[in-house]
Amino acid sequence: MSLDSDLTRQSAATLATAIARKEVSSEEVTRAHLDRIAQVDSRIHAFLHVDAEASLSQARLVDAKLAQGVLLSPLAGVPIALKDLVATKGVPTTCGSRILEGWRPPYNATIVEKLMAAGVVSLGKTNMDEFAMGSSTEHSGYGPTHNPWDLDRIPGGSGGGSAAAIASFEAPLAIGTDTGGSIRQPAAVTGTVGVKPTYGGVSRYGIVALASSLDQAGPCARDVMDTALLHSVIAGHDPRDSTSINAPVPDFVAAALNADVRGMKIGVIRELQGDGFQSGVLERFNQSLDILTELGAEIVEVSCPHFHYALGAYYLILPSEASSNLARFDGMRFGIRVDDGNDRSVEQVMSATREKGFGAEVKRRIMLGTYALSSGYYDAYYGQAQRIRTLINRDFAAAFATVDVLVSPTSPTTAFKIGEKLEDPLSMYLNDIATIPVNLAGNCAMSLPIGLAPEDGLPVGLQIIAPAMADTLLYRVGSALESALVDRWGGLLISEAPSL
Amino acid sequence: MTTQYESVIAEFDPIIGIETHIELGTNSKMFCSCSAQFGGDPNTHVCPVCLGMPGSMPVVNRAAVESTIRMGLALNCSIVPWCRFARKNYFYPDMPKNYQISQYDEPLCINGYLDVTVATANGPQVFRVDIERVHMEEDTGKLLHAGGAGRIHGATHSLVDYNRAGIPLIEVVTKPILGTGDLAPDVAKAYVAQLRDLMRALGVSDVRMEEGSLRCDVNVSLSRPGEEWGTRTETKNVNSLRSVERAVRTEMLRQADRLRAGDRITQETRHFNEETGDTTSGRSKEGAEDYRYFPEPDLVPIAPSKEWIEELRATLPEIPSVRRARLQRDWGVSEFDMQSLVNAGALELIVASIDAGVQPAAARKWWTGELTRVANERSCELEELTVTPNDIVQIENLIAAGELTDKMARSVFEGLLQGEGTVADIVHQRGLIVVNDDASLIAAITAALADSPDVAEKIHSGKIAAAGAIVGAVMKATHGQADAARVRTLLLEHLGIKE
Amino acid sequence: MTQKAAKGIDRDQVVHLGTLARLELTEVEVEHYTLQLEQILGAIASISTVATDDIAPTSHPIPMENVYREDVALPGLRLEDFVNDAPAFEEDRFRVPRILDQPS
Repeated sequence: MSLDSDLTRQSAATLATAIARKEVSSEEVTRAHLDRIAQVDSRIHAFLHVDAEASLSQARLVDAKLAQGVLLSPLAGVPIALKDLVATKGVPTTCGSRILEGWRPPYNATIVEKLMAAGVVSLGKTNMDEFAMGSSTEHSGYGPTHNPWDLDRIPGGSGGGSAAAIASFEAPLAIGTDTGGSIRQPAAVTGTVGVKPTYGGVSRYGIVALASSLDQAGPCARDVMDTALLHSVIAGHDPRDSTSINAPVPDFVAAALNADVRGMKIGVIRELQGDGFQSGVLERFNQSLDILTELGAEIVEVSCPHFHYALGAYYLILPSEASSNLARFDGMRFGIRVDDGNDRSVEQVMSATREKGFGAEVKRRIMLGTYALSSGYYDAYYGQAQRIRTLINRDFAAAFATVDVLVSPTSPTTAFKIGEKLEDPLSMYLNDIATIPVNLAGNCAMSLPIGLAPEDGLPVGLQIIAPAMADTLLYRVGSALESALVDRWGGLLISEAPSL
Repeated sequence: MTTQYESVIAEFDPIIGIETHIELGTNSKMFCSCSAQFGGDPNTHVCPVCLGMPGSMPVVNRAAVESTIRMGLALNCSIVPWCRFARKNYFYPDMPKNYQISQYDEPLCINGYLDVTVATANGPQVFRVDIERVHMEEDTGKLLHAGGAGRIHGATHSLVDYNRAGIPLIEVVTKPILGTGDLAPDVAKAYVAQLRDLMRALGVSDVRMEEGSLRCDVNVSLSRPGEEWGTRTETKNVNSLRSVERAVRTEMLRQADRLRAGDRITQETRHFNEETGDTTSGRSKEGAEDYRYFPEPDLVPIAPSKEWIEELRATLPEIPSVRRARLQRDWGVSEFDMQSLVNAGALELIVASIDAGVQPAAARKWWTGELTRVANERSCELEELTVTPNDIVQIENLIAAGELTDKMARSVFEGLLQGEGTVADIVHQRGLIVVNDDASLIAAITAALADSPDVAEKIHSGKIAAAGAIVGAVMKATHGQADAARVRTLLLEHLGIKE
Repeated sequence: MTQKAAKGIDRDQVVHLGTLARLELTEVEVEHYTLQLEQILGAIASISTVATDDIAPTSHPIPMENVYREDVALPGLRLEDFVNDAPAFEEDRFRVPRILDQPS
């Protein structure tokens, strides 16, 4: 296998193999990506923090190990971008918010420790909607990220930075987090792959919490195999996360290699089609169903009637848990402090700090959550939302009793223009309609690119949903579909993105 | 002439309630592995979790759960099959997350009781204090208020040490305690004292009120007989057993004053003042802070298995009152004797002696007899005497071997009390050796008979009792180190008298 | 405890929420958020009648129980790890502005 001269156009798997064979060094690969970032990121704004010297240092360490004959992992030496919600020791972590401007965590998230042990090199921290609240990365306190397919459009959110970094070839791998679709929806609108693992599959220790019962960190890449390789590094039980699953990590790579859907039953969710879904999105979706049929799967329609209420339940549970999780940002122990001196009380300083440090969307959700948890309202709002969660679980259970996996379009529309939905929170929330049920139930899902919408030439994503703990099914089905599509396209969809 | 208090009792029924917080003596904190040891330089027993750093997550300390279950069992509670932690949300600088992880509507232990004995003029009275719940939570950091007089009012700023943030705290809440009448303050005090002793016996905490490992809030309300329950107040800063009693009494008097004047009692938190014994108004509980409780999503439910609970039940020490009753039965002593023994402070010493190997009757004899006599003479506590259960073991062993008589034993005690050394030392130094070889004894008997020839005649003529004089003479000659019974036997043999 | 019906939200409630949540809202924000929260709550009002009381609530997506840590003390952070990121630090302690209200 010979390496293409442009290291940034390679898959992580290809790079890893080349590094292991010493055909190229991690330092060279890292430098190539740093150069790419320097070249294009002023237009994309995927990154909030890059420290070239630190990255190269890490790369040299991996190379030194290799020289001793030690291969740290199947991804050793490959660079990665980290969503700025992940705690990185001594490295600025803002969560896309001004309230944490300049904060350097005194510790590493568990997944960062795993990546370091695996010899994966950090390129830097990526942009995101403030505290992961959003679907467009427009709510970042540091300015929006631009979709590499069309710089006037959003890259999705909240993890738009990670998706854009991958789509613009600034990084072959990225870490995102997904609470209501924040990995999957950006993947869909940027033509890349993203997975939300089963809840508890990846440690949350060191992932700044948004909605603790919904959050998961997950892998992002340009193809299914790279995603599987990354998922394998970050998954696993963590005693520091009480909600992490205590079971051996399944073999995602083997599943991706076993790209065989013959005899599988694939359910199409009736409630996630029709009104509100862009016609080009539905067109590509239906074509993918045809492909899956050709590959030997049986397509069945299933109904998940309570999915209609998922959005409502989500926008009660998330703000409620977030209002509590974000209470610690008060200017007392870390982050900015506003209006100290002048004899103001601690109550006033906390209030002034949070007023100034948080953006509008965050404040809106904090208040919504505070309201929903208030005495007198708890049962009607939070209590009810938790009951709807049970009903959604039942819908999934009933569906999976008849099919192996479920599919839907990941997002109702392709990437919209920056500024288009900013004034209308409700219309922004509708972007997550297909992704939210999975977070509520805690099972797993993948988004992979299935084509460009004819009307606007922008990427469309298909969502595969598997039962909890059955993440391997995502890779098996995703791999099969991707193979067939790549055959038709003559390469990955992302290679059709405009050059920057 | 009735006192003010007596007149209050005549008119009102008090209802009291007590909430206690107990700091567990675990090695690590409730939700992280930081040291739970007292002391340490400020902010040196901290980590991302107990500092509430973004991204940190709690993990439950197993020992804390075990201690809580044991406490619940000792308080006759039911241990629930399933429960969760909850977040109590409010902003305060000593709480790093601005929420406290606690238990709200799902406490681990419920519906228990503690039978509390109160000493009254008519003898001991037992009150059953019902326990509502025992639950787990985490403690806060410590605030130093600076720039003023160390108080919160007038301070210009505060300094926070998070070493104690996250220490396991167990809350025990009583149900309203009714029917205590004039004994309300005494019941409150006795409850706290006996709860404290129980916690000490369990070994779960130091429970030192003066150090803050046992904290008390007392709730008091008054009602006129037949009427609805009155509004209650909560009094904090009750830092000693004496303060518990005083706080209840003061609140009862204060509330009675107001009610008699036709005023309403404000539902509020009051502050107990150690110096004056008064309670002062603190923060009003009306319009109380909305804590917005919801189940803690970062932790999973606690579901103790029946096996685990039974394992823990087996580790419980005997309840003090149950133990006393059992010992009384085992020893076959009367209630009066048992009470005397307890009142003399001899119970633990007797039990310790028995544990060390002394026969129960002997242990009781020495501690309630000779040693109590000495303690009374010296106006001190039995515990303060320089005699240990081990000393008793050695003395009893010598007696059983025939090497020491009871009378000589008293001499040994005297030596111990005067600090002359060990039992062996004293026996040696004082020459306390029983003369028990027959040859020496017969020699002494012969000598005594020679001195009192008429005694032999009296014995021969049937006055066996006259032998006592010879025995006495032999005892004197041997400095009390002869075995009197043996002397008598040998004397009669020598004279050829058969009894 | 009687529950209030799931209905809209008014300006006074929004001001109170600001206090509870320690947000020093401007007048403009209060107006703005009242409107938006009203809209959002209206949109999700439909959920308040969907699930009857016999449906148990789900608080954890994947059922798990009894996760514990052994009671062993381990070293944590040193002062130098976090002191530089603290807004104000004095005498080895976090310095905070004067406190007005004590919690009950």
